Amino acid sequence: MSGLRRRFTVPQRLLHWLMAICILAMLFIGVGMVSTVTPKYLALVSIHKLLGIAILALALLRLAVRLAYGAPPLPIDLPEPMRLAARLSHYALYSLMIGMPLIGWGMLSAAAYPVVLAGGAHLPAILPPSDRLHALLWDAHVYLAFVFFALILLHVAAALFHALIRHDGVFEAMASVSTDDRVAPSE
Amino acid sequence: MPQPGRPPMRSVLGSFVLIAAVVGASAAAFAYTAGWFSPQRLTPDKMVDAFRPAGGVPLGHRKNHAKGICFTGIFEANGAGSALSRAQVFTRGQYPAVGRFNLATNDPNAPDATVRVRGMGLRIATPDGQEWRTAMIDAPFFAVSTPQAFYDLLLASARKDPTAMKTFAAAHPEIAAFGAWAKSAPWTGSYAEARFNSLDSFIFVDNSGAAHAVRWSLLPAAPPVPISPDELAKRGPDFLAQEITERVHKAPQHWTMVVTVANAGDPTADPTKAWPEDRRTVAVGTLTVQQIEPEPDGPCRDINFDPTVLPRGIRTSDDPFPAARSATYAKSYDRRTAEAADYPHTTPGAKP
Repeated sequence: MSGLRRRFTVPQRLLHWLMAICILAMLFIGVGMVSTVTPKYLALVSIHKLLGIAILALALLRLAVRLAYGAPPLPIDLPEPMRLAARLSHYALYSLMIGMPLIGWGMLSAAAYPVVLAGGAHLPAILPPSDRLHALLWDAHVYLAFVFFALILLHVAAALFHALIRHDGVFEAMASVSTDDRVAPSE
Repeated sequence: MPQPGRPPMRSVLGSFVLIAAVVGASAAAFAYTAGWFSPQRLTPDKMVDAFRPAGGVPLGHRKNHAKGICFTGIFEANGAGSALSRAQVFTRGQYPAVGRFNLATNDPNAPDATVRVRGMGLRIATPDGQEWRTAMIDAPFFAVSTPQAFYDLLLASARKDPTAMKTFAAAHPEIAAFGAWAKSAPWTGSYAEARFNSLDSFIFVDNSGAAHAVRWSLLPAAPPVPISPDELAKRGPDFLAQEITERVHKAPQHWTMVVTVANAGDPTADPTKAWPEDRRTVAVGTLTVQQIEPEPDGPCRDINFDPTVLPRGIRTSDDPFPAARSATYAKSYDRRTAEAADYPHTTPGAKP
């Protein structure tokens, strides 16, 4: 049913590009804030927390939409290793989109910091206070952030490879601005 | 739509170059943001490193104010603070407090008489789920005006070269007043006799939304009894912890929390500049310390007394220190929790 679309559905494309902006901003804010002691630090941390929860909510919505609509099929002539890479990188990206905010939230909970978002919303602790848990989650948050950024670079490189070199429609499946996402006639 | 045929070789090469440029520029922007191209940037890591003792890092301990003891008690608000801030902590009532008396040293085993500055970390929780964390010291004003100057001070004081401090003092004349205080202020033999000051300025926001620049202090109920550092040294290296334990065991100890309100034009961005004595002060409540607990298994050990953890109704001002302290304390916290396995607990495994 859903496998025959040429493009991702409009909600999927909207979510993808909105989240692309959020996640890139998030990663840059993250590495920026932990490397400064200026008053910017507080503003950046505050944005980081709010954006993190927004990304978590969007990622869960996106996962639901993906499960409902699926993804357009990859080109038939795409070599098997590239298919595998595409599939695995998507699993990894979804895991990080959902996992990173939860790790950050858990890390603050384990450190017994109040989790207060800009605007005043107070989130409950999702883990009990624990120094060891905090240390573990903090390491995970830092290293996975670099993994996440590396994966995004790989994702961008692959997208451009499809767009500029293979010209196989994979890039357009997500980048098209057309609202016409009807099922393609069978080939 | 797969396109038949292969694109010409030159365009493929150009495309690869373009892709590499996009990826390379993105990675470079990321590295730049992370400060990898800015070795002079003052980072939390550098700040924490500057506290490293010559003899090696005491694993699992706070990187500064390393020696301390926990307390629990009550903050009883008298309601007067509500005129200045809408934070629930100022509404008449009793709120649980956890804190830590400490010495401003990077050595958790430093003898008491070798440490000039004493501090108190305090966390007050209110039923609305908010928290007020503050870390105060007994000096009446801070030593330097900016976080960068504080970092330079740490570096200068760690150097063997005797001219390093002279050079620093020449560049930062504001430190002279602190030096004079350190030399002349009387020592006492008890944490209970110390006045603890926020030094940094914060903004209280009242119910009408009006902002008030303030600093706060905890004034001890116990009258200070001056003693010389030599006399304190004779009483033992850990006298302050023993003394406060015994004193609180006999009777709870009290401090009055006094908020000082700035006049328009008073310096709020510089904690070396004390405000004139005649500024309006409001006594907002009483801290009662009811119980002392050793740090290793005490309730304060794993609390980061980050001075930017503030309830609604209190926010940071243009004072640059709270942000710098928040960033640095978080780094110290990250490091010491990562070293948790090496922290000398009294009972191994007693605390997760």
